Amino acid sequence: MDQVIGNISILESTPIFNLGLLIDGLLIGSIFALAAYGLALVWGVMNVKNLAQGDFIMIGGYLTWSLGKLGIHPLFGVPVAIVVLWCIGFVLYRTVISKVIERDLFTSLLATFGIAIVIQQSINLTFGPDTQSANADLPTWSFADGLITVTATRLIGFVMAVLLALAVILFMKKSRMGQAIRATAQDARAARVLGIDTEKVYQFTFCLNAAICGAAGALVAMVWTVQPFLGTTYSIRLFVVVTAAGFGNLPGVIAAGFGMGVFEQFGGFILGAEFQQALIVLLLLMVLGTRQLQQLRFRQAVQ
Amino acid sequence: MSSVSPRSPTFWLLLLAGVAAPLAFPDYTNQIAVLWLMIIFSLTWDILGGQMGYNSLGNIFFFGVGMYTCAVAQIGLFYDVGMYTAGSRTTHIVFSDFQYFTGFALGSIAAGLMSAAFAAVASFFVFGLRGPYFAIGTLGVAVAGAELMASWDWVGAASGISLPVFPGTPETQKLFFYLLLFGLAFVLLVFLSWLYSTRFGLAINAIRDDEEKAEAMGLHTRAYKRAALVIAAFFLGIAGALFGNMTGFIEPRDIAFPTTTFNIFMVLMVLLGGKGTLWGPVVGAVVFHVIKEVTWTYFLGWQFIALGVLIVVIVVYFQQGIVGWLMERYPARFAGSAAPKVKAEAPALTRGLAPHPGVAE
Repeated sequence: MDQVIGNISILESTPIFNLGLLIDGLLIGSIFALAAYGLALVWGVMNVKNLAQGDFIMIGGYLTWSLGKLGIHPLFGVPVAIVVLWCIGFVLYRTVISKVIERDLFTSLLATFGIAIVIQQSINLTFGPDTQSANADLPTWSFADGLITVTATRLIGFVMAVLLALAVILFMKKSRMGQAIRATAQDARAARVLGIDTEKVYQFTFCLNAAICGAAGALVAMVWTVQPFLGTTYSIRLFVVVTAAGFGNLPGVIAAGFGMGVFEQFGGFILGAEFQQALIVLLLLMVLGTRQLQQLRFRQAVQ
Repeated sequence: MSSVSPRSPTFWLLLLAGVAAPLAFPDYTNQIAVLWLMIIFSLTWDILGGQMGYNSLGNIFFFGVGMYTCAVAQIGLFYDVGMYTAGSRTTHIVFSDFQYFTGFALGSIAAGLMSAAFAAVASFFVFGLRGPYFAIGTLGVAVAGAELMASWDWVGAASGISLPVFPGTPETQKLFFYLLLFGLAFVLLVFLSWLYSTRFGLAINAIRDDEEKAEAMGLHTRAYKRAALVIAAFFLGIAGALFGNMTGFIEPRDIAFPTTTFNIFMVLMVLLGGKGTLWGPVVGAVVFHVIKEVTWTYFLGWQFIALGVLIVVIVVYFQQGIVGWLMERYPARFAGSAAPKVKAEAPALTRGLAPHPGVAE
């Protein structure tokens, strides 16, 4: 408790520290926003809540890390992860997801939970349970007498996340497939009547989401660490982000992603890193509680 | 087959089987005791998940609450809990027979009541959530419970608590906990068999089938949902107390709140056996536990991958479960009991309307 108060007083006495945390939070939040966008996409279009989202990120991260060990610069991990995760997404869609789309929501939740367990354990068996990080070997810049440090990897991660998000958004707005995806999200049946092959749209959406996660994972491996069981934490984080924003609300998802990054930086600084997971779960419960209060206004149930 | 009351032969057969099992297979007493625990898990999960349609992923929370409540009561009646957990590495504290059994008995009752109280409080929060939000919200509660316990020094934090040692030979200990777990599972089965035949059973089935309509018909759905959760939590709490003492050592992440093992087993066993039936969870638990005990050691680290694959396979291809499948196959044998239908979200007739390729590319 004393430590917590001490940490808060540090933040109060040196305001520049806040700025540092804020910058870090925004840089990391960009990655959350990217992956959360993928989750919202699948959620909105197919009504499937993908609990394996965080584990897709971990696959991307481990791919990048292994490339780094082979001597290839981790930045090249991004395209590799995109391609590999696209294929994994395709296989998973064909074998599992396509069979649960039209079933009730708990079914898809449980099926993706099963996938999450398989991925976690496979990574654990292949790479071991240690925490890993891809070394990008890039400089670190300091400002304000070393109180603010910005690593080049984080900045690159931020720029790439923003570029990828822009590319995806442009694709959704401009391309034919993007139009079809949006039409299916609005009304799948009407889309079918108008001649859109929704099966294909679903498949494409799921693969796209997996690829986005792969890219996010590659960035995570560069700017942060990867560990087989961290995937669940990411899944919960992304779920919090999307639930807080509402899945139809794209600017909201991106803002909430940044907010999550900033919240975690401050929370981690004040409470200590070991409370990271507890903090995220707490945030989840808070978000769900607020949602519930909002819904209470619309419901007048027999109490 | 359908009801378990002192008037039906099933009741006596089951009682006989339960008591005879450790005598017939003395080497497997512990495994069969865990089987009864699994049956308790799947039966309590099915109250909410199968009969009421609220698929929880956090029932294990009440198991852990019970386990810790019992431990704290057992120790706290005679010693200071903080000192006990802090000194358990260096000093070995002996409990007398009287202290052990009073502590254990009172602790188990306290565990059930405490879990039920937690359930009553939690119901205000979780039952406002619907569908997948409910599942994820309850999972959040369970993970939060584990994290909280893991950082609470007074109850030993992440390193856990060593419970008082059973006064007696290992054989008596095995038999003692076997009989307690069997007794609890048996009482639960008889109780649920009666409960599902009452108005309460009909009410929670109505909630499953259409909550809005049930509400419109004047059912106090909130009260029924709370009662169902409290019942499940009460039995889970006692089960937690028994299992904690059976293993003799408790720890938050892997024993008290194991979100990826017991917690997911219970869902899986119910789905395997058949949701929303009285015997489905029992059959599912037996099949699952036997398969798991026989094959688990041969997987050499691949068990959890097999578990994940099993979840996917059951969920995707075999959701009606063993008993549900039998009901579809031989409906005449199950006259009078309606199994829940596996609902399809979108009507099937709209599928395949547009096989046309080329429009969306």
